[in-house]
Amino acid sequence: MSIINNINKAFDHRIRLGIMSVLMVNEKADFKELKELLGATDGNLASHAKALEKEAYIVVQKAFIGRKPNTSYSVTTKGKNAFKKHIEALEKLLGNN
Amino acid sequence: MESSKYLEDIASIKTMMSRSSRFMSLSGLSGILAGVYALVAAVIAHYLIQGHIQLFATNREDFLNLIMRMFASVELAGNLIILFLVTLLLAIGTSIVLTYKKAAKNKESIWDSSSKRLIANFAIPLIAGGIFSIVLIQYGIVGLIAPATLIFYGLALVNASKYTLGDIKYLGLANVIIGLFATQFIGYGLYFWALGFGVFHIIYGAIMYNKYDRQKDEK
Repeated sequence: MSIINNINKAFDHRIRLGIMSVLMVNEKADFKELKELLGATDGNLASHAKALEKEAYIVVQKAFIGRKPNTSYSVTTKGKNAFKKHIEALEKLLGNN
Repeated sequence: MESSKYLEDIASIKTMMSRSSRFMSLSGLSGILAGVYALVAAVIAHYLIQGHIQLFATNREDFLNLIMRMFASVELAGNLIILFLVTLLLAIGTSIVLTYKKAAKNKESIWDSSSKRLIANFAIPLIAGGIFSIVLIQYGIVGLIAPATLIFYGLALVNASKYTLGDIKYLGLANVIIGLFATQFIGYGLYFWALGFGVFHIIYGAIMYNKYDRQKDEK
């Protein structure tokens, strides 16, 4: 039972899982890169990023590159730990079956 | 039912992690071709140098001969540098074209943050090595140029291996080792060059082609 509790509902979606995976191995990633990597639409990505932001798993940085606004994301320590737990739980579940 | 979803999750985490941090579309075939160019260039260089030595086998030490010898040396150095640059451009051009094709097939962008990071990390040791080699020429320490280029090129590969197919680390280590080895055999630089840039590239390219490219072509 306790393993199931570690499965994090916040990561229970392909896009959210993807955002976290990318940010775990990259210091940061901007909106456009994430969109291309995950094959998501603007709205789709934005809403899932928002959900992760609400949990304080990722943070948003808005900046200007030249005159273009640029949104980039990076993972927080809380997010890192939560994601690691999630992966461990997934692996344990698979190991038990 | 449940577990297959988890399995899928784990798989997609793994692919996303590697796709976002490593540029995977380096072409193995371009490694083979770069090696072939290097070997051809080494053979041409060998004959140029042999021809140069034979030209002055007579060892006449008069003034005219000295002047001629000087001009011929400058000409030889110029020819070798041109040969080197042409080979380098051919190798780089080939690998860009082939990598571009492979990236298009993998639907990977050739110019994204992963490829930029790869190029930056490859270029830093390489440019340092290039400048260092020019300094060696400046001080007339020509014998150390081949070892230095091999060592720096090897280090560039090791450094870049974190951002692409991890296997290029071994090509890098092999080049560093024979580069260090070559420092003890000054005068045989050309042969070490042919081994490092030629033979090693061909072996590496063939292994990479077998490991990554061929299965994909068959699919």
